This record gives sequence, structure tokens and C-alpha cells, in this order.
Amino acid sequence: MQTEARPAQTAPTVEMTYREAVAAAIMDEMAADPAVILMGEDVGASGGVFKTNEGVVERFGEARVLNTPICENGFLGVALGMAVTGLRPVVEIMFSDFLPTAGDAIVNELPKFRFMSGGQTRVPITVRAIGGGTGRFGTQHSATGESWYLQLPGLKVAAAASPSAAYGLLRAAIREDDPVLVFEHKGLLLRRGAVVRDASSIREVGRAAVVRSGSDVTVVATLLMADRALTAAEQLSQEGIDAEVIDLQWLRPLDFDAVERSVRRTGRLVVVEEQVHLAGWGATVISELAMRGVQFARPPRAVSLPDDVLVPYSPALEDQVIPSVDAIATTIRETCG
Amino acid sequence: MTPNTSDQSVTAAPPHPAADGRIAWYRRMLEIRAFEDRVQELFMDGLVEGTTHLCQGQEAVSVGAINALGADDYLTITYRGHGQALARGMSPEAAFAELMGRADGCCHGVGGSMHLTDFSRGLIGSFAIIGASFSVAVGAAMAAKLQGRPVVAMAFCGDGATNIGTFHEALNMASLWKAPVVFVVENNLYGEYSPLRSTTSVDDLADRAKANGMPGVIVDGQDIVAVHETATAAVARARSGKGPTLIEAKTYRYRGHSRTDPAAYRPAGELDAWKKRDPIALLGATLAAEQVLSAEDQKALARDVQKSVDAASEKAATSRVATMEEMRHFVYAD
Repeated sequence: MQTEARPAQTAPTVEMTYREAVAAAIMDEMAADPAVILMGEDVGASGGVFKTNEGVVERFGEARVLNTPICENGFLGVALGMAVTGLRPVVEIMFSDFLPTAGDAIVNELPKFRFMSGGQTRVPITVRAIGGGTGRFGTQHSATGESWYLQLPGLKVAAAASPSAAYGLLRAAIREDDPVLVFEHKGLLLRRGAVVRDASSIREVGRAAVVRSGSDVTVVATLLMADRALTAAEQLSQEGIDAEVIDLQWLRPLDFDAVERSVRRTGRLVVVEEQVHLAGWGATVISELAMRGVQFARPPRAVSLPDDVLVPYSPALEDQVIPSVDAIATTIRETCG
Repeated sequence: MTPNTSDQSVTAAPPHPAADGRIAWYRRMLEIRAFEDRVQELFMDGLVEGTTHLCQGQEAVSVGAINALGADDYLTITYRGHGQALARGMSPEAAFAELMGRADGCCHGVGGSMHLTDFSRGLIGSFAIIGASFSVAVGAAMAAKLQGRPVVAMAFCGDGATNIGTFHEALNMASLWKAPVVFVVENNLYGEYSPLRSTTSVDDLADRAKANGMPGVIVDGQDIVAVHETATAAVARARSGKGPTLIEAKTYRYRGHSRTDPAAYRPAGELDAWKKRDPIALLGATLAAEQVLSAEDQKALARDVQKSVDAASEKAATSRVATMEEMRHFVYAD
């Protein structure tokens, strides 16, 4: 869905996993710009707990791969100091659930730093947070956390739903001169997909991707839910329901225009979120479309985490809490019925 | 590094008074004092709103330590930072205009009292949330180290900040990575409204350096020569690759925590006792005794400084306010 002029493809299309795509994006930006460094807990020799940095330290050396102590607020502050004095740090947050320990940095410092200085500096930091459920990691290691940081002008927020998105969004984030928070999903790390490993894949900031075109209903999702929504849409096509699936890719800036264009055609909207619906991006999308006077043929629906429980450890219970392909398909079907 | 500052009496007479850097320090401390006193008046006049945290009584720490830095070095400060910004060379006019919310302010008026920042002077941040001044300074120091620039970062915080996690996180990382950074804790005995002893498990904050494998040095924060000498040694140590130092400067704030705090919690007589060790008066007495700057010359200098501070505040008040359109450009890089 990119419309602007972009570099021509020079690299072959290759298959890789989501986590290989993350590592490829980091390495390609480190190769392109000596100011880019990688930091975080265990990002060095071990390649990161989720192996999203495999090969980085071997290729670029320890001077550009900084293993940090377990102190998110402290090392995000360090990254901020680096970013305003000439480096472009890429910071890994091992679990999205750990990012709130850096509340001051992510809420008060990174987004506000340029503003408070009256525009004296740029703040090129990429914060990668690996989150999401389905891994049986329990209540404190399973959040996506994707809507927790949306009320922060000064910050940009992305969410990667596929290997190619992981590659293209991360490279775009690292090239930004503003702080960008990129969410990755543990449930997608081993997902394989086609990636063109060159600059032609760099995603435009603030642009959603229509990952499946359709005419009956618009399904908007992020991260693992975009993956599942796509599967649900393929299943429903056999029932004669033609769903359009939009992977938002960016939550700030959020591509309301893309959703509006789609819903004005389909008249139906389902948001699929791995988070509670209250005050998340899904509620914001519905609210924005209502304010734009979009007419719905059926009331918009949300498939989300239940509001009255938390994500549990028990595999059987976790599977009931996180929207399944079936649950997504059921809601889409009801919306179209 | 040896925290021995007691035997540094000046023995040789300076070649010429104007060549004695202490006169510049003296002048700068007068400027900070006059600036802070004027801020109080500007509040009364309604030209400055919100809150502000004044530093009268602490001038020697700012001027002594910051003058140990080179022009390319970095500095991070806190919400009680007017003195540090001026010590780094920010013009009183740019600082006043910032406090008045005007376009000519160092941050074009959007930052205000707590965020005096000037990248052209290496003053890369002024933080209103406790602890961040330390971690950000470690980052600036590490960027310089990784890029092979011989640059040092100096970070200021208050005594209260030594209780927050970020302080300890920053110390640990700085020591672990031998970051070229100097931490300066201004211990003015009160964290906001609470006496240090009611919130803090140690009497000497320099002791907190030990837990992180770096030297902790206590210095008399009212004695600018001692502060400067201690900071100079720490800066040299950092620049030579030996790592960070934590300096605790024992000092005192004459005013309350912020504008609305009358500081009634202080024991009777405490303020008067500290005023007997006023940092400006102490240096003035030394300069007079050594015939570097007579009492009369000091008075003339004070009048001169007062005049320039008055002019700066009047000029700042004539500045326009930035537009919303200009302000929007401060949110994201273009």
C-alpha cells in the first residue's frame, strides 16, 4: 500500500523467520550507519533471550553491542544521553512487561526531551519491546503493552506482525530522528515469511498495510492478531465472506485514513486486539471513524482480551483468554450476518 | 583520588588580580545570587508563574564544579538548576526569558524554570524527574567514549535523588563501563520538605559510591576553591579513562524547596548558622585578605553585576512569546 517513490528492489526475496528479520534489520542499519548501536539485557554473546540479535556482536563487535545490567529505566536514560550526543541506540526490552519499570524514561524523558529543549536536539532512539501471549509465560511476561504508550506526543509507536514488517518497520524506526517504540511479538518469532533484505522494504512511518483486500468487512489488527485475523479471513472466504485485513503497523501516528477508506467501502468494522478493549487503539479507531461521520452498516465489534481477568499461565486457560482464529472468525461472521 | 582538600592554602600571590580565576568565580556567584533574588521578585510581579526552585547558598558548588569542565564537556542538571546553567555560561537574559515563557528563552519558553538547556554549551538537559540527570550523563559519557572523543560528562543531583533507583542504576553502569563521568550531589540537607536523616539511611551520601566501586568524595560545598579542586581531580580522573567519581558537596539552600515553601520545618538558628559560611562571603574574605580584590572593589563588582542582571530581566520581559506553530516543531524532528 505504499504510494511514495521508494528505492528499487536490489536484493532477492528470501525466506526468513521473524526473529531473523529483526536481526537482519539491526545489522543492515548498523552496516549503513556507524552511529547505530545495540544495547539491552543479554544482547551480546547470547544473541538476546529470544535470539533476535543473533550474529550482531560477532559482526560488529562489543563496542557497538552493549550488554546492560537489569535496570530498564537506567539504561533507557543512558540511551537517551547517547542519542542526544551523536549515537543512534537500538534498545531491546526483553519483555514488554518490563518496560513500565522504565516509566520515567519512556513517559517523561524520551518523548518530551526535544520539546522541553525548544527543539534544540533530535532524539534518535529505537526501543524494541518483545511482548505478547501464547507462550505460557504467565501474567507478568505476556502483555503486548501496545496501547500503554499512545498518549505521548513526541513518541512514535510501531507493531510488527510479520517477518517483512519486522524488517521494514525496524529499519524505518532506526532511521527516524525521534524516539520510536517498536513492539514485537513472542508468538511470531519463529514465523517464516518472505523478506526483501534491502532499503526497498523500509516501511513508511504512519502507514497501515492492507494485508488482504476484501469488500465485505474491514478487520483491523496488530501483531499476532493480524496474523490470526488473516488466517480467519482466509477461512471465511470459503464461506463467501470477503474480509479486508489491515495491519495497522503504526499506532502513532495511526493511519485512520486507511481504515476510513476501507470501512466506507465495506460498512463493517472489527478490531482485533491482544489487549483489553478499554482505552486501547481499537476503541480509538472506532471513535475516530464515528467522529468522521463514517456510516456503519452494522455496529463495529471488538475481539479483545476479556476485561475481567488477566492473562494466566495455565495453557488451557491462556488459550481461552487470547483471541483465537475461531473467535475472530465468529465475530467477523456475526458482523457480516 | 585523595579527598584531601584541607591543605590547599594559596601561598603564592597571583601575578595580577585580573588573571586570578577566582574573581570570575566571585562574579559568577554574585550573578547567580542576584538572578535568584530577582526571580523571587518576578514572581511577585507576575512575570514568572508556576514554580521555581532557588539555589541561594549553593552557588559555590555550581560555579566551582562546572568550571572544572572544558568547553566540549557535557553537563546535566536538575530542576534546581538556574545556578548551574549560569555557571555554564548561559546568559541571564536567556534564562530570565525562559522563566518568563518567552521566545528568547534558552528553550524558547516551553521549558521554563526546571528545564534550562543549552546544547551550544554542552548543557544537554535539565531534568525535573529525580535521577534522570545521572543516567543521561552516563549515556553522553559513553557516547563520547565509544566514539573516541576525550569528553567528560558531569551530572548534578540533590541529596534526595540518591534514594531513587535510577541514581544507583546510573552509578553501577558508570563504574561497570568506566564511563568518563563525574557525579555531583548537592547535599543541602533537605529532600523537598524532609530532613535528610528522616528519609536516608546514611549520613554521608558519598558512602553510596562504595557500593558501586567508585571513589566517593566529600567536599565543603561552601568553599569554592575546595569544590573546584575536587571536581578538577575527578574530571581529570574521568578523562584519563579511570572512571567515575561521586562528589558529595555539603551545602545549604537558604530558601524552601520551592517557591511556596517557607521552610518552617528547619530548626531555629540553622539558616543563620549556614549564612555565616556564605560561599560568596567566604571567597570575598579570602580575596580581600590576599589583596586580590578589596572589599570596595567587591562592592563595585556587586553593583555592576546587579545592574547587568536588572538589565537582563528587563530585556527578557520585552521578548515575544513563541507561536503555537513554532512550538509544534519542537515535538518531532522535521
